Amino acid sequence: MSQARNSLTRSVLSHAILLTYTIIALAPVLVVILNSFKTRAAIFNQPVMPPLPSTFSLIGYATVFGRGNFALYFTNSFIVTVVSVVLVMVFGAMAGFALSEYRFKLNTLMGLYLAVGIMIPIRLGTVAILQIMVATGLVNSLWALILVYTASGLPLSIFILAEFMRQVSDDLKNAGRIDGLSEYKIFFRLVFPLVRPALATVAVFTMIPIWNDLWFPLILAPGEATKTITLGAQSFIGQFLTDWNAVLAALSLAILPILVLYLIFSRQLIRGLTSGAVK
Amino acid sequence: MMTRLHIKLMLATAALAVGTGLAPAFAASNLTIESWRPDDLPIWQDTILPVFMKEHPDIKVTFAPSDSTQYDAAVRSKLQGGSAGDIITCRPFDASLALFKAGQLADVTSLPGMENFSPTAKVAWSTDDGKQAFCVPMASVLHGFIYNKDAFDKVGITAPPKTMDEFYADLDKIKADGTYIPLDLGTHDQWEAATMGYQNIGPNYWKGEEGRKALIAGTQKLTDPQWVAPFKELAKWKPYLADGFESQSDSDSTNLFQNGRAAIYPAGSWAITSFEKNPDLKMAAFPPPVAKAGDECYISDHVDIAMGINAASKNMEAAKTFMTWVASDEFAALYSNALPGFFSLSSHEVKVKDPIAQQFVAWRNSCKSTIRSTYQILSRGTPNLENDTWTASANVINGTQTPEAAAQKLQAGLDSWYKPAK
Amino acid sequence: MADATSKQRKPIRWHIAVFLAPAVLIYSLLMIIPLLGTLQQSTMTGDITNRAFIGLGNFVTLFTDPRWSSGFWNAFRNNIYFFLINMLVQNPLGILLAALLSNPTLRLRGFYRTAIFIPTILSFVIVGFVWKLLLSPIWGVTPTIMKFFHAGQFFQPWLGKEQYALTTLSLISVWQYVGVPMMLVYAALLSIPDEVLEAAECDGITGMNQFWKIQLPLILPTLGIISILTFVGNFNAFDLVYVAQTAAAGPNFSTDLLGTFLYRTFFGMQLQQGDQNMGSAVATVMFLIILGGVCIYLFTVQNRLRRYQF
Repeated sequence: MSQARNSLTRSVLSHAILLTYTIIALAPVLVVILNSFKTRAAIFNQPVMPPLPSTFSLIGYATVFGRGNFALYFTNSFIVTVVSVVLVMVFGAMAGFALSEYRFKLNTLMGLYLAVGIMIPIRLGTVAILQIMVATGLVNSLWALILVYTASGLPLSIFILAEFMRQVSDDLKNAGRIDGLSEYKIFFRLVFPLVRPALATVAVFTMIPIWNDLWFPLILAPGEATKTITLGAQSFIGQFLTDWNAVLAALSLAILPILVLYLIFSRQLIRGLTSGAVK
Repeated sequence: MMTRLHIKLMLATAALAVGTGLAPAFAASNLTIESWRPDDLPIWQDTILPVFMKEHPDIKVTFAPSDSTQYDAAVRSKLQGGSAGDIITCRPFDASLALFKAGQLADVTSLPGMENFSPTAKVAWSTDDGKQAFCVPMASVLHGFIYNKDAFDKVGITAPPKTMDEFYADLDKIKADGTYIPLDLGTHDQWEAATMGYQNIGPNYWKGEEGRKALIAGTQKLTDPQWVAPFKELAKWKPYLADGFESQSDSDSTNLFQNGRAAIYPAGSWAITSFEKNPDLKMAAFPPPVAKAGDECYISDHVDIAMGINAASKNMEAAKTFMTWVASDEFAALYSNALPGFFSLSSHEVKVKDPIAQQFVAWRNSCKSTIRSTYQILSRGTPNLENDTWTASANVINGTQTPEAAAQKLQAGLDSWYKPAK
Repeated sequence: MADATSKQRKPIRWHIAVFLAPAVLIYSLLMIIPLLGTLQQSTMTGDITNRAFIGLGNFVTLFTDPRWSSGFWNAFRNNIYFFLINMLVQNPLGILLAALLSNPTLRLRGFYRTAIFIPTILSFVIVGFVWKLLLSPIWGVTPTIMKFFHAGQFFQPWLGKEQYALTTLSLISVWQYVGVPMMLVYAALLSIPDEVLEAAECDGITGMNQFWKIQLPLILPTLGIISILTFVGNFNAFDLVYVAQTAAAGPNFSTDLLGTFLYRTFFGMQLQQGDQNMGSAVATVMFLIILGGVCIYLFTVQNRLRRYQF
C-alpha cells in the first residue's frame, strides 16, 4: 500500500519537475512566435498574452516576405546543411571504419590527428580558408560552405562512429570475408547499414551548428544569392531593428524550419543514442 | 517543337530587353558596395542606385551591407582573402588608413570629382601629410538632442534649454510629471554612452577643435578639468534615465522615443530617419547646452562616412566612374535628402529639405564645428582610446566609476603608447 | 602491432587508404593547414607587406605587458566562472532530468524529452536576441511574469549590471545546452542492463538509493565525456556573448570570454585594429589551455573511470 502511494507521489513529483522545466525551455520560443502574430501595440502593451482576434496581425510576415528573400535563404541553408551532413556521415563512417577495423602502423596517431579538430574552433583559420576559397574560385558559392562544414564536422563524427563500429560483431565481417566480399562491400553492405542509428546521432549533432552558423556565411558567401537563413535573418534584423513585428516574424521563420527538421529526426536521434553510442 | 520553343524564348528575351530599355550591354560591369548600414538598403536600392544605373546602363551596382558590428572584421578578412566588393565604405581615420597602407584601398587623390571637397572634408581619409586621399567623403553626422514636443508642452517647457542648468531643470520637471522617460539613453551597447553622451556635450567644455588639437599635441591631458567636466555631467544623468537603462540598447532607446514614450533623446543626427517613421511624433532638436549663458557653443560635426575603391577590384574603370558620381553634386543632393541626418561633405550647396535635419545643419552657423576627439591619431595604439572611452562613459553613467578615475584610466592608457610630437 | 589476421592479408592494404583519404584530405586541407598557418603567424610581427619572425615575442607581450595581460587574465577568469556555472548547474540539471525521464512507467516522456532539447537546436542569433528581448526592462516580459509571482521587486536589468551579467549569460547557456547532458545521460541510463537493477532491488536497494548507489557509478564514464565536452565548448564559447553583449563584452568587460577577447584581438573592434599576429598568439594559448584540460582528463580521470565500464 505505502509503496503504491510512494510511487504515486514520485510520479507526480516527476511530472511537476519535468513540466516546469519544459515550460522554461519552451516559453521563450513561444513568446517570440506568439508575439510575431500580434499588432505592434499589443506586442508592447501585453507581451505575455497570446494573439487574440482583436490583436492578431500578420504585418510582420508581410514585411519579411516583401523585403527579405526568405525562400531563397531557406533553400540555400537546406542545400548546404543536407550536403554537408551527408558528406560528413559517409566520409566520417569510412574513416571511422578504417580506424576501428584495421590495425596499421599509424592508427593511433591518425586517430589523434583527426581528434585535434574537436578541440579547436575552425574559425581561427578563417583567413587561410578564405584565401583557399578565393584561389579555387569557390568563394561566394555554396560549395565553399559545404567544404568547410564537412571539414569541421568530420572529427567528432569519426570519433563517435569509430566507437560504434568497434561494437559491430567481428563474426559478421569475417563471414563476409569468407564469402569473398571485398573490404568495400563489407563496409558499405554490412557495416554501414548496421550503424544507422549512430549516423542519426551524428546527423543531428552535425546539422545543428551548420544550420545555425553565422560566421562562415558572412565571410565566404555573403552574396544575396548564397545567403543562408541565419545570416539572412540576422541582416534582416539589423535592417528592421525598430520594427518589432518584422523582427519577431523573421526570428520565427528562422526557428520553424530547424524545429521541423529536428522533430523529424528526433526519433532517430534517441534510437541512435540509446543503442549505446556515446557511453 | 524544340526550335519553336527556342524561337519563342529568343523573342521573349528580346522583347524583355527592349521593353525595359536594358539593351544587353556587351561590356556590362557589376559593382558591389560593402557597407555597414543595412538600414539604408531600401534607400540605396530604390532611390540612389537607380539614378546612377539609368545614367550608366552598362554598370550594375549592388548594395551589399553587413551588420555594423561585424562589418570591419568581415571586410578586412575579405580584402585580405581577395573576395571583397569593388566599393568599400570607409570608416573615418585610422581604420581606413590602415587598409590604404596595406595596399587594399586604391589612391583616389586625382579622381575626377575630388576637387569638390575641401581639405577639412577630406582629412579623415587622407594620409597624415594630407598628400594622398583614399576615400571619397560622403557625409558627416551631427550630435545634439532631439525632443518630443508633446512632452515639453505637457510639462510646460516653452523653449528648449540653452544652458546645462536649464537642461537639468527641464529634466526635473519631466521626471516630476512622470509621463515620459526624461532622458532616453542606455548603456548596454556602450558606444552610445560615449558617442551620444561624452562626445555630444564634451566639445562645449574642451572648446572643440582647440582642445582636440591640444590633446593630440600633448599640451592638454584627459585629466584636465575641461576633459573631466563632461564625465561629471554624465555622472548626473542616471536619475533621469529609464528603469533598467543598464540593459537598454540603442535600438531600445530608438524604439522608446519613436513610440513617444521618452522626452529627450541624446542624438546622432542619423536617428532622424527612424523617428520619422512614426508620423504622429512631433519633434524638434536643440544643440548641446552650454555651461553658462553666453558661452560660445561647439557641436560635434563628425566626418563619418566615405567610400573607397578596393585596390584589387576587377572593375576598376567602372568603380572610378561610380566614385566620380559619388563625388558629384547630384549624389550629394540625392544622398542628403534620402537620408536626412547624413550631411554631405561636398562643397556644393546642398538644400536639405527635412525640417529636423535643417535644424541640425543650422547649428553650423551659430556654433563651431569639431570632430570626435578620439578619432584622429589617438586611437592608433593599444589600448584604443575610442574603445576605452566607450567603457569609461558607460561606467560613469552607471555610477561604477568616478569621473576622475575614468579620466585617469584613459590618460594612463594613452600615455602607455602615445608620445606627442614635440 | 599487426595481428594474425592482418598478416594473412596483402602487404599493402589500399582499402585503408581509400577509406581514410576523403576525410583526411578535406580535414587537412581546410582545417589543419589553415590552423597551422595561424600557429605560425603567432610567432610573427608586422603586416602582410613586411612580416618578420619574432619567436615567442607575442606571447611575452601577452603575458607581461599589462595592456594585454590584464584583458587576457580577466577573460580567462570569466571563462573559468562560465565553465563552473555550466558544470554545476547544467550538468546536475541534465542528470536530474534524465533520471526522471528514464523511469519506464512515466507517461509523456517522449514529449518532455523532445521539448527540453529544443533550445539546443536554436542558433545563437536567435537565443541571444530572444533572451535580450525577454530580459529587457523596456519590453517587460520578465518583469510582468515576476510581478505575477509577487517577485517584481527583485527584477534587475541583469544583462547590464557588472555583478550579474556573466551569471545571466552562463544561465542562458545552461538553458540552451542542458539538452545535451540530458540526452547523453538518458542514453547511458537506458543502457544499464535490467539484471543489474533487478539484482539491486532484490538486495533492497530502491528509489533514490538505487540511483546514488547503482546507476550513478555506472554512468560515470558518460559524465566524464560530458564534462570534457562542456569544457571544450565553454572555452571556445564566443557567439552568445557576441550576440547578447556585442564584441565589447560589456558592462566593463565583465562578460569577456577568451573567445570574445580573441575576436577583438584578431579582427579588431570599431577603431581598434585587428592584429592577426597577436590574435594568433591568443588562439594558440587557447588551444594549449584546451589541450591541457583534455590531457588532464584523459590521463587521470578517464583511466580511473575505465574500471566501471561493462
